[in-house]
Amino acid sequence: MAIRAIERSVSVRASTKGFKVSLSRRVMTAFAWMFVLFSFLFVAAMFISIIGDVLIHAWPALTPKLLTDITNGIGGGLKNAIEGTMVMSVGALLLAAPIGIASGIYLSEHGHGGAGKMLRFLSDVLVGIPSIVLGYVGYITMVIYLGWQFSVAAGIITLTVMLLPYIARSTELAMANIPLAVREAGYGLGAGEGRVVLRILLPGAAPAIMTGLFYAVALSMGETAPLLYTAGWSNYMWNGHFTKEPIGYLTYVIWTFINEPFAESHMLAFAAAFLITAGVLILILIGRWLLVRGQRRMGAYR
Amino acid sequence: MKIPVFRVGLIATASFLPLSLIALIVFLAIYSWPAIHFNQFHFLWTNDWNLGNLYGNPVTVHGVQIMPGAKYGIWFLVVGTIVSSALAMVMAMPVAIGAAYFLSEGVRKSWAGPLSLFVDLLAAIPSVVYGLWGYALLVPLFGQTIFPFLANTFSFIPFLNGDPGSGYGLLTSAFVLAVMIIPLISATLRESIRMTEPELKEAGLSLGLNRLEVFWHITLPKLKTVLIGVGILALGRALGETMAVLMVSGNALNYLPNNIYAPISTMAAFIASQLDSALQDPTNMAVEALSEIALVLLLITVAVNIAARLLLWMARVR
Repeated sequence: MAIRAIERSVSVRASTKGFKVSLSRRVMTAFAWMFVLFSFLFVAAMFISIIGDVLIHAWPALTPKLLTDITNGIGGGLKNAIEGTMVMSVGALLLAAPIGIASGIYLSEHGHGGAGKMLRFLSDVLVGIPSIVLGYVGYITMVIYLGWQFSVAAGIITLTVMLLPYIARSTELAMANIPLAVREAGYGLGAGEGRVVLRILLPGAAPAIMTGLFYAVALSMGETAPLLYTAGWSNYMWNGHFTKEPIGYLTYVIWTFINEPFAESHMLAFAAAFLITAGVLILILIGRWLLVRGQRRMGAYR
Repeated sequence: MKIPVFRVGLIATASFLPLSLIALIVFLAIYSWPAIHFNQFHFLWTNDWNLGNLYGNPVTVHGVQIMPGAKYGIWFLVVGTIVSSALAMVMAMPVAIGAAYFLSEGVRKSWAGPLSLFVDLLAAIPSVVYGLWGYALLVPLFGQTIFPFLANTFSFIPFLNGDPGSGYGLLTSAFVLAVMIIPLISATLRESIRMTEPELKEAGLSLGLNRLEVFWHITLPKLKTVLIGVGILALGRALGETMAVLMVSGNALNYLPNNIYAPISTMAAFIASQLDSALQDPTNMAVEALSEIALVLLLITVAVNIAARLLLWMARVR
């Protein structure tokens, strides 16, 4: 059907415009259209294939047992892993959000000089560093040198370093979208810089900053490589210690349990993949919805 | 003089970012110094990763303690990393451009929003889930059906013929990497296509070009810098990808691929998979050599990212 539509549009264009379009051009255009359509369908098909594959395999394993039991060597539930993923994502967010938001404020308010440009450049470079390298540095510094062993704190700090540049850049973009006149109005009324930023600019940029934070949490939930050698793995619930105490997390279950030769382990791996994918996608969608709603409610500065 | 407390606080917190980058490089360099000293430069282009006899007594070579027979060379990792990422780029680039065009100009605005969700959400799927998908769906499919077919059909083309393998390997890794980086390229390109001046497009249309020809002859050349910049950025992502590659690459050791179906390993995947065995080395040299791989990978990605960001800055894209 799509191809017929393309042919029609090509022939209509050729016949009504009053000049002739050569056959080779028409054929090339038709092929190009088919390729463009194929590209999009390919992307959509890959997305559906990933989600479908995970969902189909995970479906039989989605029982209440997942939430009530802890993992044993080859099966069981995922209670400890779900708890661990939450502890580390929330911990990383609590550490990274204040630092990231402050850096973002600095970048947008004072980032036009040389130092700001340098900082922005370095944070862009930091985004590109492979997460396994972050994990390895976390391993040699915190796990070995500081002697924390595989621990919650090492995992959280490694994730924090990974999230910082994302939060900083999304905050910067959110703040930069607020027009200069708003700042001038604040300073004109005699407010100091702190008051202008905290009372006027931050509330205005809040929806966009929140979206950035949701993206960051989604990112930290889905990471495996930086945690392999920092957080370790534990079959038990977290006992509240930050150092010398490994912790379980969902992404580890995916890549370890799929290598076990048991059907039960495979089902658990797919169940973990389903939970993590659903969690990430829901967070991203909530983030987008917050942005749209916030802009509708408060009005975007445009 | 009054000290601007708020601003000083901002500067202090903001300096965490560059400090952490510098700290990463410095810590890795210090930790891997014995390995760098022992391996020197032929580390990069010799093809011999061997932890030595782990049950022997450590011997002292060049002033550092190693296990007898230990050698560290990562040429197979360098080749695997670069070839898989390059192949992924070749596959991803046209599709990403096509999808970006489709979503920015190919469909009407009211459909473009919901349809772009496919691309945006694809970018958000965790890499380990990509790996699981590759492991559970692609590897059997490719190994049993597609690779034998390709090897038979294109048996006259070098690197496409030969043993189709088991499905774990270079082409599977490159395919998974391509699917991972398509949304990255596509999303930025989509925004840039929207930002292109409408006057340019109108000028092309008024000369009798159709929309696709306008895109191909006018918009795309205009966005060349953006395209290269985003491409290098995606390349950096592909070079450093760990989990997805680890699960579908076949984890080759000291083996150079002789066709595109052969098993490979990449630097990032190798670091993730080898630490457990490296910890068996009582002289700690194996762990330090892994840290040298991490340093090499870090420097490569930093260089790649700096190049991409400079290009994008010249094109004024954030």
